[in-house]
Amino acid sequence: MKMKKRKTLLIEIFGILLALLWISPFYLMIVNALKTKRDIFTDVLGFPSELVFENFKKAYIDLDFTKSLLNSLLITGVSVAIIILFSSMAGYALARNKSKLSGFLLLVFVAAMLIPFQSVMIPLISLFGKVDMLNKTGLIFMYLGFGSSLSIFLYHGAMTGISNSLDEAATIDGANKLQVFWHIIFPLLKPISVTVGILNVIWIWNDYLLPSLVLSDADATIPLKMFLFFGQYTKQWHLALAGLTIAIIPVIIGYFFAQKQIIEGVSEGAVK
Amino acid sequence: MRNRDFSFWLFLTPVILSLSLVVIVPFFYGFVYSFTNWNGIHATEFLGIKNYLGLYKDAEFRSAIWFTTKVAIVSVILLNFLGLGLALLVTQKMRTSSLMRTIFFMPNLIGGLILGFIWQFIFISVFGSIGDKFGVEALTGWLSTTKTGFWGIVILTAWQMAGYIMIIYIAYLESIPKDLIEAAEIDGANSFQRFRNITFPLVAPAFTISMFLTLSNSFQIYDQNLSLTDGGPYNSTQMVAMSIVKTAFTENKMAYAQSQAVIFFIIVAIVAITQVYYNKKREVDL
Repeated sequence: MKMKKRKTLLIEIFGILLALLWISPFYLMIVNALKTKRDIFTDVLGFPSELVFENFKKAYIDLDFTKSLLNSLLITGVSVAIIILFSSMAGYALARNKSKLSGFLLLVFVAAMLIPFQSVMIPLISLFGKVDMLNKTGLIFMYLGFGSSLSIFLYHGAMTGISNSLDEAATIDGANKLQVFWHIIFPLLKPISVTVGILNVIWIWNDYLLPSLVLSDADATIPLKMFLFFGQYTKQWHLALAGLTIAIIPVIIGYFFAQKQIIEGVSEGAVK
Repeated sequence: MRNRDFSFWLFLTPVILSLSLVVIVPFFYGFVYSFTNWNGIHATEFLGIKNYLGLYKDAEFRSAIWFTTKVAIVSVILLNFLGLGLALLVTQKMRTSSLMRTIFFMPNLIGGLILGFIWQFIFISVFGSIGDKFGVEALTGWLSTTKTGFWGIVILTAWQMAGYIMIIYIAYLESIPKDLIEAAEIDGANSFQRFRNITFPLVAPAFTISMFLTLSNSFQIYDQNLSLTDGGPYNSTQMVAMSIVKTAFTENKMAYAQSQAVIFFIIVAIVAITQVYYNKKREVDL
């Protein structure tokens, strides 16, 4: 028994060392963001000889961070909300209709997941450009198109656990389909809505390529602004790293508060 | 709900509309235009397979495909080792195991673009200064050669995605009945035998999932490629996704870029269809 305990302790020490190594890139980012340019050059691993908060101030202003944060929040928030609403409606309709047509539509949605973004990117930008939709609204609509497939698939799977007798009882009480969905089904789908929400927030928040082709500079989200900012400060690592640290903070805050749901949601989305 | 019910179509209209306009129409539109001289606005001439013949002779595109394949294969192997290893580690009974999970998964939540910039600093400045200080030449000049650019991309994606693969393995490891392991322990099986004969066969499905997931994700890498090496030196670390973007939006050769995109789709689809085939076969075996 004693030997087993010692073994577990050794594994734990190894694990802790590995975890420290794993987050060392973030350590290096933060300590060097607080140094002067010369300090980084002389000692890149150690703590700063004096703390330079000035870097953060300058990076915050140049990133126009308040504005890019709001743009990111708006685009991700609205996109994910409509993905949740419309995908759950579609998953419900497809699950309650057992016809061949319904099965075919589900298959089309699943098959669409096979198409990588870059294979439709050029015609997509060209088409939306023709109708003047290369803006925030167009981007949100595109996110619905790219995000709905997996979401519908997850909702459709979850619907198998919700009995049809609930629908029938509500219909007898005089509810129409929309009311049945909104008051009975949608609340029951809440756990899967959390999963769908988390999965879509992660990729939309971090997405760079699509918004870089769609949005103007005034609407730039955090990744877009970060790319421009980084281009300005190559070789000025103290500023570039301060900017990167600022850009990561919202994600770390979100992770801190919802880590259990995030890990569960990702696990559910991946295994299905 | 029946097919002719108004509500059925009402519920489906938003997603059908968006999927059609965003994915399906552009997909077919792009396929057709890859056979023309399309410039992004209009096409005046039907070229047949001329674009595709051009691709075949295009050394840069072929190098992008080969480079992408190498990254994908090395990443698949590395990620599955790392993912399973981390999963075995954090499913041990330890006080710190949930904290470890949190840490190992963290890079997965941050975008590849931002992570690529952080690692650019590590490879260039941190590696460089350690190399200079201790006279280790192998650590200097990272990202300035094709080889270090390759390993840079591999290390970055492995670090970013390992936590995700870990989560998949954890889900399977935790579904193994505890009494199975205990029974084997009582029968005198050592920990290697328990892993070899119980754990490993039961997590094998996770291996299939992770393998194809990492394969298809590695083929589609763009952000990490852009922020870490930007394809350099001399486009030698340019992956397929980046080649499509640059050909279209920097060189303005839309139809030619679209023919690359069609080839790209075929490669990714073959990977995915193979996965579906294997999954079906496995279900039958069970």
